Amino acid sequence: MTLEIIVCVKQVPDTENLSGEAMKEDGTVNRSALPAIVNPEDLNALEMAVQIKEAHGARVTALSMGPPRAAEALRECLYRGADRAILVTDRRTAASDTLATSYVLSRAVRKAGLADLVLCGRQAIDGDTAQIGPQLAEKLGLPQFTYVEEIRKIDGHSLEVKRSLDGGYEVLRGPLPALLTVTSSANQPRPPSAKRLMRYKKALAPCECPGEASEDALLGLRARGLLIDQWDADDIEADISACGGSGSPTRVKKIESVKLQSEGQKQVEPSREGLGALVEELSKEHIFD
Amino acid sequence: MEQEPKDVCVFVESDGAAIADVSLELLSKAQTLAAELGGEVGAYLLGAEVEALTGQLFAHGCKRVYLAEDPALARYTTLPYAEALTRAIRRHRPAVLLFGATTLGRDLAPRVASALKVGLTADCTDLKIGPHRDAAGGKEYPALLYQIRPAFGGNIIATIVNPETRPQMATVREGVMKMGAPDPTLTGQIIRVDGAVPEELMCVELVEKFLAEKGVDLKKANVIVSGGAGVGSKENFALIRKLADALGAEVGASRAAVDAGFIEKAHQVGQTGTTVRPKLYIACGISGAVQHRAGMQESSKIIAINSDPEAPIFGIAHYGIVGDLNEVIPTLIDVYKEHGR
Ligand SMILES: Cc1cc2nc3c(=O)[nH]c(=O)nc-3n(C[C@H](O)[C@H](O)[C@H](O)COP(=O)(O)OP(=O)(O)OC[C@H]3O[C@@H](n4cnc5c(N)ncnc54)[C@H](O)[C@@H]3O)c2cc1C
Ligand SMILES: Nc1ncnc2c1ncn2[C@@H]1O[C@H](COP(=O)(O)O)[C@@H](O)[C@H]1O
Repeated sequence: MTLEIIVCVKQVPDTENLSGEAMKEDGTVNRSALPAIVNPEDLNALEMAVQIKEAHGARVTALSMGPPRAAEALRECLYRGADRAILVTDRRTAASDTLATSYVLSRAVRKAGLADLVLCGRQAIDGDTAQIGPQLAEKLGLPQFTYVEEIRKIDGHSLEVKRSLDGGYEVLRGPLPALLTVTSSANQPRPPSAKRLMRYKKALAPCECPGEASEDALLGLRARGLLIDQWDADDIEADISACGGSGSPTRVKKIESVKLQSEGQKQVEPSREGLGALVEELSKEHIFD
Repeated sequence: MEQEPKDVCVFVESDGAAIADVSLELLSKAQTLAAELGGEVGAYLLGAEVEALTGQLFAHGCKRVYLAEDPALARYTTLPYAEALTRAIRRHRPAVLLFGATTLGRDLAPRVASALKVGLTADCTDLKIGPHRDAAGGKEYPALLYQIRPAFGGNIIATIVNPETRPQMATVREGVMKMGAPDPTLTGQIIRVDGAVPEELMCVELVEKFLAEKGVDLKKANVIVSGGAGVGSKENFALIRKLADALGAEVGASRAAVDAGFIEKAHQVGQTGTTVRPKLYIACGISGAVQHRAGMQESSKIIAINSDPEAPIFGIAHYGIVGDLNEVIPTLIDVYKEHGR
């Protein structure tokens, strides 16, 4: 059995340490100013795909939509076990919200050929929406299994997954093809393999080739399995009005950086007297009742 | 021209027997929003036999319940619920549709929004009605739903609007809207909608389900005593419990304390934990990272105990105590007990 698996990966700014200055006026992200990483839970999704490949046989395709720079994220996936990489990049798809992004990804998945499994991370750390997975499933007409922690069983036609719930879990059985969103508790993503790194660090998308890449150069890359496929909106036959800003019903109206709201703080001495007065004051306000 | 919809509706999450708190919280908020829009509050209730739950929805201010009953909807699975709900919304398109940002809500809402091709904002922490002017076309909208949410790991607060598509959909974090008191004298109208689901959508079956007993209920606590990395060790966390016991409070924690194994995850407060708004929140040995503040800054009173006078938690605390928690907490317990006598 060789399963076709597509893993959707997003290149995201590392949001652990950043300020409001990383945002542009229009509320979009100033990506060039930030270190970019593969969205952490997408690595969990990739790891799940690679484990299925090792156990049952599969071809794993990493798919990303983003600026040319997102090719870096795809190389990272090749280092970690993906067999093929596809970059969807087109200015006309920039500024897409989740509805438009899921539309573009659905067109790309269709062009990539029928997959048995489409895997997404549970959510991306820049937007924290967790919406792309279910929206992509709807557009592809696939059943969805969100918050997946484990694939218990899988064959060519069906699978059984364990998904986490608020305060528990459930095990579901359903048909393939299907779309799963994978949580960080599913596995520990493997680090890039040295051998794969040596091989795939030469992998390139056409947009990264110096100058106008000649047909021959691209054919050469493809022959060696080092070409990152690059598609624009026309390649995936996307309806431009459903892409980018025009296909996005949501608008960012305002962005504020989080400020501390220190309104009249009282300093309390850590002495018996200080703490006694505090307890007294709170009791009067019936806080402890 | 089609009339601009004005109603504000809530998707009701239930296990067939009881309604999730978050749905009732949203009904309270929906009343405020509907009043501003000049519309009414509605609810979508799906299940096998759930008509008995409608009384509770009316008591929480709902005027119309769109009720879809079918054996296929006895328990939640994505495809049948998405189908039945999408169909119901197409018939009675409200202005606003709210879901709890629970695992269920965040599984269902995006699928429905995609089918309806409308905008959806995830995990909102506040909702308002206000005017909007389109930056590009200059078109004016007198009353849109402002969907307010933290993004970028809690570092920013974004306000999102859906100018053109209806309903304006949002999932809303549990515990951030206040649940109003029910009024059992209130009544409303039940509108039955078709709950039948095509056979091919019933392709996913439940094999097993496990839900832990809810031991901790941070959301209902009046007073919460929270410990962070500054508590130092699992053993020393007993100090936090002692203070909580003395005050009749619930125990909370920062993620650093949970990650260090001082206490179970169920106690975590913050962006990836529980959002709380108690009357009093005592933060002990917690620095006050944005992700922690996101889950507790709406507490009515905040006391911070921290040895570092520069700790960001002091920026939102009403009472700041600079000191070593190992000394401050025992004194505080003493003083409190004396006061009670
Ligand atoms: C995507 C994301 C989501 C997150 N979600 C959450 C969340 O939901 N909840 C959450 O809490 N965090 C969350 N975090 C983590 C958050 O960024 C912080 O790392 C965490 O809150 C820090 O916990 P802390 O304050 O206990 O530890 P620290 O930051 O290490 O602070 C310890 C504090 O204790 C003080 N201290 C030390 N010794 C003493 C003493 N003897 N007496 C008094 N004070 C003392 C120190 O001065 C210091 O201020 C999240 C992070 C990310 C990236
Ligand atoms: N631009 C993108 N390209 C590829 N996959 C994406 C993209 N955006 C989101 N995803 C996938 O959808 C998941 C959820 O993203 P989000 O809904 O933005 O939280 C991510 O973990 C990715 O797997």
